Amino acid sequence: MYAQMVDTGLRKLRDAAELSPEERAFQARIDADVKVEPKDWMPEAYRRTLVRQIQQHAHSEIVGMLPEGNWVTRAPSLKRKAILMAKIQDEGGHGLYLYSAAETLGVSRDDLIADLHAGKVKYSSIFNYPTLNWADIGAIGWLVDGAAIMNQIPLCRCSYGPYARAMVRICKEESFHQRQGFDIMIAMAQGTAEQKAMAQDALDRWWWPSLMMFGPPDADSVHSAQSMQWKVKLLSNDELRQRFVDQTVPQAEYLGLAVPDADLKWNAERGHYDFGAIDWSEFHAVLKGNGPCNRDRLRTRVKAWEDGEWVREAAVAHADKRAARAARAA
Amino acid sequence: MTSDAALLDYLLRLADNGLVLAQRLGEWVGKGPVIEEDIASTNVGLDLLGQARLWYAYAGEVEARIKGTGRDEDVFAFRRDAHEFRNLLLVEQPNGHYGDTIARGFLFDQWHVLLLRALAGSTDDRVAAIAAKAAKEATYHAERSADWVVRLGDGTGLSHERMQQAIDGLWMYTGEMFAVDAGEEALAAAGIAADARALKDPWDAAVGAVLAEATLERPADGWMQSGGRTGRHSEHLGHLLATMQFLPRAYPDAKW
Ligand SMILES: [Fe+2]
Ligand SMILES: [Fe+2]
Repeated sequence: MYAQMVDTGLRKLRDAAELSPEERAFQARIDADVKVEPKDWMPEAYRRTLVRQIQQHAHSEIVGMLPEGNWVTRAPSLKRKAILMAKIQDEGGHGLYLYSAAETLGVSRDDLIADLHAGKVKYSSIFNYPTLNWADIGAIGWLVDGAAIMNQIPLCRCSYGPYARAMVRICKEESFHQRQGFDIMIAMAQGTAEQKAMAQDALDRWWWPSLMMFGPPDADSVHSAQSMQWKVKLLSNDELRQRFVDQTVPQAEYLGLAVPDADLKWNAERGHYDFGAIDWSEFHAVLKGNGPCNRDRLRTRVKAWEDGEWVREAAVAHADKRAARAARAA
Repeated sequence: MTSDAALLDYLLRLADNGLVLAQRLGEWVGKGPVIEEDIASTNVGLDLLGQARLWYAYAGEVEARIKGTGRDEDVFAFRRDAHEFRNLLLVEQPNGHYGDTIARGFLFDQWHVLLLRALAGSTDDRVAAIAAKAAKEATYHAERSADWVVRLGDGTGLSHERMQQAIDGLWMYTGEMFAVDAGEEALAAAGIAADARALKDPWDAAVGAVLAEATLERPADGWMQSGGRTGRHSEHLGHLLATMQFLPRAYPDAKW
């Protein structure tokens, strides 16, 4: 997902006997669906896992502004331009809520951003793919925001209070984004032959990376079991992926677009779509930094940060001057 | 020029200012100095774009009164060439660094808010209604850009120097805001348009006060560039439009 491979720092699940009394009490509260709040005692591994997960999510919102920002100046109508600007602005807001949620765990936004810029933490692999035609903006809303919702709705019930509450606000906006993206896809799929070709091309390129957003298969997800026990992850990667496929395939059919998977077919017995094997080597390559846009995305973020340094310094210097003047006047 | 023809031209000036400045602010998306600023600056762009759409809608109706049919917002935005755009030269100037963008916004906002407040009293009900709504937004824009001029002007030595250069560099584009041609004069006499000449003193006072607080020098009124409102633009506008208009131009039959 936006946080695809969160390291819990633990090799295996421990059973109750291996837990300290504090840890046992903590787990009992989680099992009883009592929210953990910033001032509550929590195991260090729980805190660190959440910091990693929330910051990956926050960075994804911010880096995710870039592929869409790539089309703001070229949006083909004023209405689409306004919708796109508002959407990207929402994503910036999501980043802010999430950095705030992370800060309740005793880290600072500036430190988290420094980690991102140093390449020490990841953001979602999906944002390392390029937006090459206008239909990509539709496909991102439809598929990427769609996948995000799939993951984030359960997270509204996650065990950490500030994260759960941030998710509630975010989910409302994400569902708007998804509808707006699908609306672009409808216009493109029902448009001229050239527009339809753009829509198909966008689906061809975004389909598999969207499925990868849910993270590695459950069998290979060493950290998922612990995260699920802590309720910072509520459904497994494969479960979410299946839900996404089941929801999205009929939408692609409605659009008259072909999902680029020869093995995709409805399985009446399972009541789900079967789909083809995901190329996990591509996923791992992108996570390692070898996606088409990893280098550009990070460079753009670092440049924005460095170019803005004199502005941030001036704002601080001015605030200091004001405070000093106020102190002298008092 | 009939009064409707003059009004159409006047509405396009208002609309084009908003669209072109919104397009410039769109270039900043995702690249601001801090996330809060990214959001705030996109917000200003969105307001300006929304205002432009209202002005274009009314321009289309006025055009229909003249010709029987009027263009819609997207035809105005995407199917006119640079010489048909009526925006101020100021708003098409490139973003530069953050201080340049702030200075451009500040000089424009201070004028825009005065203009819109005057237009809110227009004898043309549509103009008055759009201006009243836009004036509220512009008031916030003007406060925000003035705030930043003060922060950057009275911030660090480096920011002071950059802010002063930004103001100096854009000053020659401010004269155009207060020039009035025959069509505008007639509209102003009819109470439809605002008399831009009357905005100069209050603008000077407001800009002067902010610059003083920012410890910046007000540049002398030297040579002033003009031509934007008659379609004689700087070289920058053609590039801005080439980017903005690419899709509708490349795929003229498409609906988006
Ligand atoms: Fe988001
Ligand atoms: Fe979104």
